[in-house]
Amino acid sequence: MSESFRRGLRAGVPFSLVGFLLAMSFGVLAVQAGFSALQAIVMSAVVHAGSAQFAAAAILGAGGGLVPSVLAGSLMNARFLAMGIAVAPSLRGGPGRRALQGQTVVDPSWALANQGDGSFDRHLLMGATVPQYVGWVTGTVAGAFLGDVAGDPDRFGLDVVFPVFFLSLLAAELRDPRSRGVALAGAMIALALVPFTPPGVPVLAAGTAALVGLAR
Amino acid sequence: MTTWLAIGALAVTTALIKAFGPVLVGGRALPPNATKVIALLPPVLLAALVVTSTLSEGQRLHVDASAAGVAVAGVMIWRRLPLLVVVLTAVAVTASLRALA
Repeated sequence: MSESFRRGLRAGVPFSLVGFLLAMSFGVLAVQAGFSALQAIVMSAVVHAGSAQFAAAAILGAGGGLVPSVLAGSLMNARFLAMGIAVAPSLRGGPGRRALQGQTVVDPSWALANQGDGSFDRHLLMGATVPQYVGWVTGTVAGAFLGDVAGDPDRFGLDVVFPVFFLSLLAAELRDPRSRGVALAGAMIALALVPFTPPGVPVLAAGTAALVGLAR
Repeated sequence: MTTWLAIGALAVTTALIKAFGPVLVGGRALPPNATKVIALLPPVLLAALVVTSTLSEGQRLHVDASAAGVAVAGVMIWRRLPLLVVVLTAVAVTASLRALA
């Protein structure tokens, strides 16, 4: 086990605790949307992507049907296209191995592994995902069995966990003053698009703000 | 049955989306210009996720108690408090405001 994999494991722990809370609220909402506890848990185990799971479960629960639910979930994941292209040069091995390593890209691991110069520490990336996966699945188990007694998780303020989680990752990126400008631009683009595009698209489209990198 | 199909389909699309970049770009070093753009992607994507998850619900923009919770969290993160403390405080602020409303 490499030193940076171990560093990744440690760095992933605080995010796995927060992920546990987030997954718990997913478990509660999924059961309320008509999922069985087993379905909620299996979904977390095989998808492991919070925003996509929330989006897909909400649409199924509202009777939106198979295709819209999978489409919405996939769009929420569209940012992983950009993240995957970004980490690609830092991965090693043949296409199969790379595809597998690419599965370990989740937002906190990706941000933690970012070395700030366009390259990524792949061992740290993979290490950081391990505790988060455990937290995500066990949190869903807890939520899925609490589901019927918990009531509306929003009442307990659990919906705030998701943005705060990302805000803590963002804070580390804003030390460079030039990043602040593009972060603000990305936020404005995303908010401007919310009323006009399906959920998930605004975040991917905000990525175009990074193109100002070409100008310097 | 629809639920199981949705779970299976979403697992497949998620895996394909995550594999796309690593397989397509492979081990090629990206041109220096592309690297400059990639270096700016983390702040941009994370900022977009923060504002959309706080201020939107589906295709609707809205400001509610969670915005206050996130604002308090922002100050605490700036003061470098531990993440779990920050999250629990933000949850408490949001829940209290909703209870009062």
